[in-house]
Amino acid sequence: MSTNNALLEAKDVNVAFGGLRALSGVNLTVNNHEVVGLIGPNGAGKTTMFNTICGIVTPDSGTLAFEGRDAGWPATDQLAKLGIARTLQGVGLFPELSVIENVMLGAQKFARTGLLSASFGLNTRDEKDLRDRAHYALERVYSASISANRAGSLSYPDSKRVAIARALVSHPKLLLLDEPAGGLGAQDIEWLNRLISDLSGEMSILIVEHHMDVVMSVCDRIYVLNFGEVISSGTPDFVRNDPAVITAYLGADA
Amino acid sequence: MFQLLNTLLIGITSGAIYALMALSIVLVWRSTRVINFAQAGQALTSTFIGFQTLKYVDSFWVALAVAMIAGAAISALIEITLMRVLLKHSSSGAIAGVAPIIATLGLLEVIQATITLIWGGADSLITPPLSNTGFTIGTNTLVFSPMKLAIIAIVGILLVLLSLIVQKTSIGLSLRAAAFSPELARLAGVRVDAVRTAGWALSGATGAVAGLLLVANGNGAFSTASMEFSLLLISGFIAAVIGGLESLLGAVIGGLALGIITSFVLMYISDSLFFIAPFVILLLVLFIRPQGILGKKGGRRA
Repeated sequence: MSTNNALLEAKDVNVAFGGLRALSGVNLTVNNHEVVGLIGPNGAGKTTMFNTICGIVTPDSGTLAFEGRDAGWPATDQLAKLGIARTLQGVGLFPELSVIENVMLGAQKFARTGLLSASFGLNTRDEKDLRDRAHYALERVYSASISANRAGSLSYPDSKRVAIARALVSHPKLLLLDEPAGGLGAQDIEWLNRLISDLSGEMSILIVEHHMDVVMSVCDRIYVLNFGEVISSGTPDFVRNDPAVITAYLGADA
Repeated sequence: MFQLLNTLLIGITSGAIYALMALSIVLVWRSTRVINFAQAGQALTSTFIGFQTLKYVDSFWVALAVAMIAGAAISALIEITLMRVLLKHSSSGAIAGVAPIIATLGLLEVIQATITLIWGGADSLITPPLSNTGFTIGTNTLVFSPMKLAIIAIVGILLVLLSLIVQKTSIGLSLRAAAFSPELARLAGVRVDAVRTAGWALSGATGAVAGLLLVANGNGAFSTASMEFSLLLISGFIAAVIGGLESLLGAVIGGLALGIITSFVLMYISDSLFFIAPFVILLLVLFIRPQGILGKKGGRRA
């Protein structure tokens, strides 16, 4: 875990909602091409950590470095430019838009057109470029055939694939997956495992997931949060056998 | 028969101008969920800028283009300096969602006062670029003139252009996404603030066209105290509501419907109903079909 290989480095992150400490002194590092899991019981602060990285929650203190540079705490709409993409718990698609339009939204950072040229020239080259990128991203998740469908009409597993495509289309250096296996059947989970392994060759991935089989099989390292604190971190084998983790999960007498 | 045609054409022309105002209101509504009452003042300001341009360049069409650019710039400026801050401050609490709308009412007064300071209260005149003498059928002369025909054509062109921008460009796509859920759009990588500014700019340009065409449709006279601009705002708002507030096509259909119905009421019932008819129509729509003629029921509107 040498520091100069770190893609994302969050240090001493503290978040409180009113009197409730959601995150206490959390340190989290994701190295290049590493798949890192973030697990913990419900309410442990996993999603808060994601939201903090994504600029949705502003931490009370702590620093964030991305690619070795102090990134401040980025604004949500700057994430794509920075190289971070995220999927949401649940689905988070725009139901009124078509599948391909949903994915094209994720590719906005590649659009070169300003309002003026959009109004007069109706820059079709730009439009086509975004569409091609979206199509390619959909192919990666085997959903290109449904690109014209309304997103609101998709089945749940299909929606999740499209949500991943929308994250991939921005060519992120860091992909944040928030419970990607949630609500999926065995076959889709197997597919997801393969996809994550494939993607880890191109990017780093940080996963919040309750599905332990997924976490244990795809992650290089795992952080375990409980009551906003990191109580354990290391390889899946180490974490699995860490007494602190077992206590937290099984609620054995504390 | 002649009377019928005449009434219909008058209705379509004024309806087309209402439609422009409605488009302008819908564009702002879609980008920020604000009803912009200041749009009447903005349109009047843009019209004065067109009037000022005509002192240097003897072309209505050049003046129209300048007014559109100025209208877009003013509108974008209002969004950046005022709305962005107000929307942030009013995200919670009792005033949430209402403060920005009330602020546009205040802004309307500020704009009215400012342009009165600059241009005074006297009547100004913009000579319509085309003849306002009606076409003749046999021995009958219609009220419908080349100028009115041009107005309808311009509204048609703008509707097509705006629809292309909203449906076919990446900015339009971002606008649609941000209208549904700004938070989700931001996460997906949409620069929501920039997109909102773009929506306001488009709205301001459209409002400028509405203002200049309103003046050109009449005798060309207008002033800082013009009642017509307040009526334009009200008609545009009613037209937008008829169309469901979300849809560009709905706004145009709403404007035309309002124009035609009002025209027939004036001609065949009583011209004393001029101020009342639009409100009766508004109430009827809100009672019978509150989602508007093209609006969908129960969709999530963030």
